[in-house]
Amino acid sequence: MKEAKQMSVSAIENGTVIDHVPAKNLFKVIQILGLDRIDNQITFGTNLESKKLGRKAIIKITGVFFEDEDINRIALVAPDAKLNIIRDYEVVEKKVVEVPDTIVGIAKCMNPKCITNFESVTTRFRVVSKKNVSLKCHYCEKITTQENMEII
Amino acid sequence: MKNRSLVSIDDFSTEEILRILDLTEEFEKEPTRKLLEGKVIATLFFEPSTRTRLSFESAINRLGGKIIGFSDSSNSSVSKGETLNDTIKMVSNYCDLIVIRHPIEGSARFASEVSSVPVINAGDGANQHPSQTLLDLYSIRKTQGKLDNLNIFMVGDLKYGRTVHSLVMAMSRWNTTFNFISPEELKMPDEFKLYLDNLGLKYYEHSDFTDIISTADIIYMTRVQKERFSDPIEYEKVKNVYVLRNSMLKNTRPNMRILHPLPRVNEIHQDVDSNPKAYYFEQALNGVFTRQAILCSLLGIK
Repeated sequence: MKEAKQMSVSAIENGTVIDHVPAKNLFKVIQILGLDRIDNQITFGTNLESKKLGRKAIIKITGVFFEDEDINRIALVAPDAKLNIIRDYEVVEKKVVEVPDTIVGIAKCMNPKCITNFESVTTRFRVVSKKNVSLKCHYCEKITTQENMEII
Repeated sequence: MKNRSLVSIDDFSTEEILRILDLTEEFEKEPTRKLLEGKVIATLFFEPSTRTRLSFESAINRLGGKIIGFSDSSNSSVSKGETLNDTIKMVSNYCDLIVIRHPIEGSARFASEVSSVPVINAGDGANQHPSQTLLDLYSIRKTQGKLDNLNIFMVGDLKYGRTVHSLVMAMSRWNTTFNFISPEELKMPDEFKLYLDNLGLKYYEHSDFTDIISTADIIYMTRVQKERFSDPIEYEKVKNVYVLRNSMLKNTRPNMRILHPLPRVNEIHQDVDSNPKAYYFEQALNGVFTRQAILCSLLGIK
């Protein structure tokens, strides 16, 4: 099983592997982490089979090591993501993502009468529930629930 | 509290709220003082709200401050397409404090973040109107002599009523018992009941209040609007249930007072007005003193 995964996307020498990304959110993860704006070598595979997610994606980024607070920003779109930190082709550390206490600039407020939907204001939320994620808007104070969450 | 903004009642700690109420008491004794002399206050009303605007402007005038602003955005630069960001940045250059009323929710918080001077939220859509909440708290404390352990009845539209939501949140700091009386369609939203559950506070929901009215310390009336009902027949059925009449007040507690954020339409019958338990017009007057206290606190004058 493990070998099959490695055949889908080739191994890297130094960097980070983000595994267990829901296939449908691959490009959102790329966007949130700003991977579309860096010069590093990146390989990704998507629509790979996963028992847990159905179809998953995997991203391998050469020469990039994320800070926890940066990587936690993908928690809304890839809550089950697992990170392998690779040095010299070896996994030296494994990490999971955690929903942070505040979410800045990732989700859209579901309240159509909120200022963030009228003017160019960076959205900001306090996470009021981490399990079934629900967000309280810093501006209009309304709750956006997981079912209604839209990623910008 | 100098240079802070007042956007949401939760911005103030319990001590800070009590400090405003004490200061309000001072202004009630002596409302005409030259404390704001040389100060310019902007009142930016992006939607009309005559009552709130006059209350703020009366408070400012009695303290000798000068007012700039507009009462309707249709004849301001907003109609030319200026962003709120730009309007606030520009106006904050011209004044010492901004009072803002805006139909969009969260607009006041945003304004307070881009403004270089303190901002008072005078209502942002269905969200917050903290000076109303503070004047309600002042009226309750003044008539009851305390804020602790009161039994508060809220009647009418509890679903969309911004004032009752803020008052529930604020009064929950003082071990209040709540009685929510509303038609099925306009019940208190779950998020507020959940909030009270988490604090272990008692609340009861009713569809009628004639039988229980004798236990109330405060009856906070709100208007049941016809437009809120999807079925007009439902409105016809309930419209008279939520009207307070003088005959209903016979067995009420001597300390009981009736509050209403105004404007009233027909939810309090006019025969209640002459009852000494009717307090809504004094409540509106308290609004002027409360706003004087808020203005002077945020400007660091008091």
